[in-house]
Amino acid sequence: MKILVAVKRVIDANIRVRVKPDHSGVETANVKMAMNPFCEIAVEEALRIQQAGDAEEVILFSAGPQKCQETIRTGLAMGADRGLHVLTDERLEPLAIAKMIAAAAEQQGADLIILGKQSIDDDHNQTGQIVAALMRRALGSYISEIKKVAGGFAITREIDAGLEKLRITSPAVVTTDLRLNEPRYASLPNIMKAKKKPIDELSVADLGVDIGCRTEILSVVEPPARQAGVMVSDAGELVDKLKNQAKVI
Amino acid sequence: MSDSVNALVVAEHDDNELYAGTLNTVTAARALGGEVHILLAGNGGEIASIAAACANLAGVTKVLLADHEPYAHAGTETMAALVAANLGAAGRQYSHVLAPASTFGKALIPYLGGLCDAQPISDLSEVVSADTFVRPIYAGNALAKVKSLEALKLLTVRTTAFEPAASDGHGGAEIVPIAAADISAQVEFIEQTLSASERPELTSARVVVSGGRGMQNGENFAMLEKLADQLSGAVGASRAAVDAGFVPNDYQVGQTGKVVAPDLYLAVGISGAIQHLAGMKDSKCIVAINNDAEAPIFQVADYSWNEDLFVAVPALQAELEK
Ligand SMILES: Cc1cc2nc3c(=O)[nH]c(=O)nc-3n(C[C@H](O)[C@H](O)[C@H](O)COP(=O)(O)OP(=O)(O)OC[C@H]3O[C@@H](n4cnc5c(N)ncnc54)[C@H](O)[C@@H]3O)c2cc1C
Ligand SMILES: Nc1ncnc2c1ncn2[C@@H]1O[C@H](COP(=O)(O)O)[C@@H](O)[C@H]1O
Repeated sequence: MKILVAVKRVIDANIRVRVKPDHSGVETANVKMAMNPFCEIAVEEALRIQQAGDAEEVILFSAGPQKCQETIRTGLAMGADRGLHVLTDERLEPLAIAKMIAAAAEQQGADLIILGKQSIDDDHNQTGQIVAALMRRALGSYISEIKKVAGGFAITREIDAGLEKLRITSPAVVTTDLRLNEPRYASLPNIMKAKKKPIDELSVADLGVDIGCRTEILSVVEPPARQAGVMVSDAGELVDKLKNQAKVI
Repeated sequence: MSDSVNALVVAEHDDNELYAGTLNTVTAARALGGEVHILLAGNGGEIASIAAACANLAGVTKVLLADHEPYAHAGTETMAALVAANLGAAGRQYSHVLAPASTFGKALIPYLGGLCDAQPISDLSEVVSADTFVRPIYAGNALAKVKSLEALKLLTVRTTAFEPAASDGHGGAEIVPIAAADISAQVEFIEQTLSASERPELTSARVVVSGGRGMQNGENFAMLEKLADQLSGAVGASRAAVDAGFVPNDYQVGQTGKVVAPDLYLAVGISGAIQHLAGMKDSKCIVAINNDAEAPIFQVADYSWNEDLFVAVPALQAELEK
């Protein structure tokens, strides 16, 4: 089995983002970037499947500007075998990314595609589902467990009402939820080794897909700020305020 | 292609009752300014009375009902194929398909996007016009106004941002049975483990009492359950509390968990990370109990109580009993 893992470069989860004064987006210049946390979980799971002897190769895929190669390197340092980078400076929507991932998976002969459930910048929560539909492959979204079984995978999904167990056929597309695993840190020797691992650079044309935008971002603004309220010092005061001031109980 | 607005809302339910999020989604669909139909797929249980409830919602003029065996526990693939089959010739019967931004809708709508070659828009918090929407990005730290250029607009709706549609008793919407479409052979349902609870559902509860890492263990959540019961509320949690195994995954409130906006949100032993705030900062009134005077949660709370939760929660329980 070959596993393709889609990894996205995003603003680090610990950074407080700022909206640009011209309302065209958020400030990304000189801001710390990192691999999307859900993608780290995806890489980790692929490596565990490989270490269990169920996969020969773990290939990382990322689409975007040159710097995406740093994100791919991060995953190579965790232990993945090689990378694919589609170099483009265009704004990418999930449908376009999904088309690229589907084309790359086809070219590489990937049996399992693992994506994060959500990118923490755009918060779309779409790409994996679209990949599955485009390829007419089984989808396991929001998984907290995956096991190889005859003909496919046994998965557990995190759903609003609890957990759901499904059996899906291979080839498949899955998206990771937070409880799937705890991603490893790259060791220094592995970081050194990763520098020599290959990253193939592709163009959008190499994949033969149309990445034209289907939406326009008209503006990006800050949400209305919440004002800090008052301190209370005991239960009597709190209950009184909830009853008589906020009128919520 | 006509420019008329014809919206199809995909109902979410468990064969016994319609989930509340469907009502908010209908309100978002009505804001588009055209007709609103509901697609309901399921089997057995109370599906007929759910269909009647849908037909009774203010503004809904038609209910497409697929009551067939494979739609009990239908997966994303099977549901999406059914919706796609009912969009009409070349997908022009409906201009918009909407579903709640629940795990059901968030999986379904993008999958449908892949089937129909249309770029969806997730998690609408405002309908500006039939093609322009506002949605939170970066864990709610920014709001993007997005215009769709697609003929077929596929949307998930942040349910807390829209009022629930009323049951206006018109009962007038026509209920039209529809045929089954392709059933996916790729996915086999095994089982669901649901957190049974007598309390109101988290995303539509009027009061939510949430606990974080400060609760120390799962047993201590009994305190919050008691408090929630006194206030007729639901119990939620931070990611840290879920990751530590104090409570099940479906309690998680936040950027990547559930979004809630109750009248009263009580955050107990929660620091107030941006990812948590993303899921609760639109609550009407926020109360924070934390023994760290510097906790970021105090910056968004209406009432901040700087106290050890093991002192504060019992005191609050006693006060409410008076
Ligand atoms: C990709 C990603 C997604 C995430 N998604 C979510 C999400 O959806 N929801 C979410 O909640 N988080 C999410 N997080 C995690 C988030 O960043 C925080 O780590 C998390 O919210 C912290 O939970 P906490 O406040 O319970 O724990 P902590 O930050 O450890 O805070 C515990 C608080 O309890 C207080 N406390 C301790 N003891 C007591 C006591 N005896 N009395 C009173 N107060 C006490 C402390 O002062 C502290 O403020 C996400 C993170 C990432 C990277
Ligand atoms: N530019 C990208 N390159 C590679 N993978 C991506 C990219 N954008 C999104 N993904 C994948 O899709 C997942 C979900 O992203 P999204 O649909 O944007 O929330 C991410 O966790 C990644 O696995």
